[in-house]
Amino acid sequence: MAKTNLKEINRNIYDIKNKDEYEFKIKKGLTPEIIEEIAKQKNDPEWMKEFRLKALEVYNKLELPTWGPDISELNMDEIATYVKPKTKINDSWEDVPEDIKNTFDKLGIPEAEKKSLAGVGAQYDSEVVYHSMREDLKKQGVIYTDMETAVREYPELVKKHFMKCVPVTDHKFVALHGAVWSGGSFVYVPKNVKVDIPLQSYFRLNSPESGQFEHTLIIVDEGASLHFIEGCSAPKYNKVNLHAGCVELYVKENAYLRYSTIENWSKNMLNLNTKKAIVEKNAQIDWVTGSFGSKISMLYPMSILNGEGAKTEYTGISFAGKGQNLDTGFKVIHNNKNTSSVVNAKSISKNGGKCTYRSLVRINENAQNSKSSVSCESLMLDNISISDTIPVNDIRTDEVEFSHEAKIGKISDKAIFYLMSRGISEEDAKAMIVRGFAYPISKELPVEYAVEMNQLINLELEGSIG
Amino acid sequence: MKNSILEIKNLHVNAKEKEILKGIDLKINKGETHVIMGPNGSGKTTTANAILNNPMYQKTMGQIIFEQEDITNLKTDEIARKGIFMSFQLPEEIPGISVTNFLKYAKNKTTMQPVKVFQFKEEVKKYMEELNMNPKNMERSLNVGFSGGEKKKNEILQMLILNPKLAILDETDSGLDVDAIKTVSKGIEMFKTKENSILIITHNTKILHSLKVDYVHVLVDGKIVKTGDQSLAKEIEENGYNKYKNI
Repeated sequence: MAKTNLKEINRNIYDIKNKDEYEFKIKKGLTPEIIEEIAKQKNDPEWMKEFRLKALEVYNKLELPTWGPDISELNMDEIATYVKPKTKINDSWEDVPEDIKNTFDKLGIPEAEKKSLAGVGAQYDSEVVYHSMREDLKKQGVIYTDMETAVREYPELVKKHFMKCVPVTDHKFVALHGAVWSGGSFVYVPKNVKVDIPLQSYFRLNSPESGQFEHTLIIVDEGASLHFIEGCSAPKYNKVNLHAGCVELYVKENAYLRYSTIENWSKNMLNLNTKKAIVEKNAQIDWVTGSFGSKISMLYPMSILNGEGAKTEYTGISFAGKGQNLDTGFKVIHNNKNTSSVVNAKSISKNGGKCTYRSLVRINENAQNSKSSVSCESLMLDNISISDTIPVNDIRTDEVEFSHEAKIGKISDKAIFYLMSRGISEEDAKAMIVRGFAYPISKELPVEYAVEMNQLINLELEGSIG
Repeated sequence: MKNSILEIKNLHVNAKEKEILKGIDLKINKGETHVIMGPNGSGKTTTANAILNNPMYQKTMGQIIFEQEDITNLKTDEIARKGIFMSFQLPEEIPGISVTNFLKYAKNKTTMQPVKVFQFKEEVKKYMEELNMNPKNMERSLNVGFSGGEKKKNEILQMLILNPKLAILDETDSGLDVDAIKTVSKGIEMFKTKENSILIITHNTKILHSLKVDYVHVLVDGKIVKTGDQSLAKEIEENGYNKYKNI
């Protein structure tokens, strides 16, 4: 895979704010009237409007989580849940308005599309502004489109799957998502079709004091395979922004899905995202996740291994700097025989940042002969940073192989001295050690993202010495 | 004076608030090989670390001059770039960085020149053969899972590639079998030139059987108590350090 121009990326690019221009921005807050207005703006079919209103009812009944990071600063009355950019969906970058296109240009998205992607979607605030896919995939029946188009054009597929994997009753922010969702991607890969080059969706939130609630729904049918990449970023504002997306993945018998995420939200973002996959017989889902941004993240992708022989792997890294509280982890439910899960999670914290690994492994009574191995490692770069591991292991049958390994450590002064004795500066030595620590994760990322991740690590470490 | 490469003057060093070196004087000229011998706990490793200014050791008095320049308080990486190398007694394991990338990076940093890739590869290959090293190790993470012998050979490989003006070898012979000691000695011989200087730090004399040295210093309780030629090492091999302990 060719490298893209993401190599030259720096934080400035993420922080470029476009003027807060929009065609329509909904009033702040949440009322049935606001939800109806969103449904009207989006031309929802009746069932979807009803769905939104019901979700709002659930939202009003549910309490905020009583565990994890403190999110009491979030005041939904101050958040605009729907911001429609001044453009329609385009299938050519030329047609995307200049300032929006420039943003994606600087993020390297159109370039990446040319070089190494089979399809690209780009969302700006609440709506998808660009979507395209290679012709040959279209001919094979692959569907890759924005979620609104899918609701209109593939109602049966959508109705059958939409918020069935992640029901609105899961938690308060999923209910919120159900009420105000907008944008996102829909992918359907027909039976036995192997999509050999990744599809990528990129989510950009430009508007201040607003939320992004994109919905990603992917169905990989029997024997098919797909690699899907999502990237997210936003410029920094002083006020809180909210991201409460939802990802639902259906991996059918013998299918394979790899879901990669690089999340670099700005550090005023509350990232309360929900991701789940249902995995059927002999199918596999692999998650690869890099979390760098946001002020607070609560993100725990989940694999539900329903079919016999279903497999999942989770490879994730989070990097928390000053003022960041990244509460992430992985959940897996083993619901059938011979299922297996492998978790390799790492976290890095510095300048008082906090990383928590929170996980669940449940192996049910009927999941005999299943295997699960969990390894999590944390690296703290100084004495003021915090790292924590909160695993829950719920094993309900004896016939399993289960292992859990957790390591928390500080960056070693001896290792720094060793590298410095070879002429390497203290800053470079630390970066080398951190990159080396992250390497098992970064090597799993698509190459341009691995490069971006190393750039981000260097950027995060700059000026962190002394 | 112009032949002097390293000069240590009345060096006092603390580790964990305890005085380890209690006034050391040492002068090494270009092309010379010196040995510091001494029993465990006498301050040998502290001497090596103090020259490289390891922040875990504090200098309370004295001076270190390298090529007429005071390097006492320079940072470790600056000292390395002046041309001082240290082979570690216990080389650190660094996951996720391959030996080859590390070597290339270190070469680039110490010489402050771009590394010529082809030439570099040839050089590495040649030295690895000489040191009986497994070429597969080049792609492994630095020292991770290496045996004691592999780690020490890897240190010698780094010395040969970085080609410093002064190499300090801290207990390079410890924990090695006879064959590995021979290989390591061969590496040191390859490094020795009229210009390069070597400071060997050891508590036993095995490595000196196959290596010609110019001076032997006996370090006991933080002080150099005797300096002599190679015959001093032989004498210590026979009689031990006891007669020097109460000077």
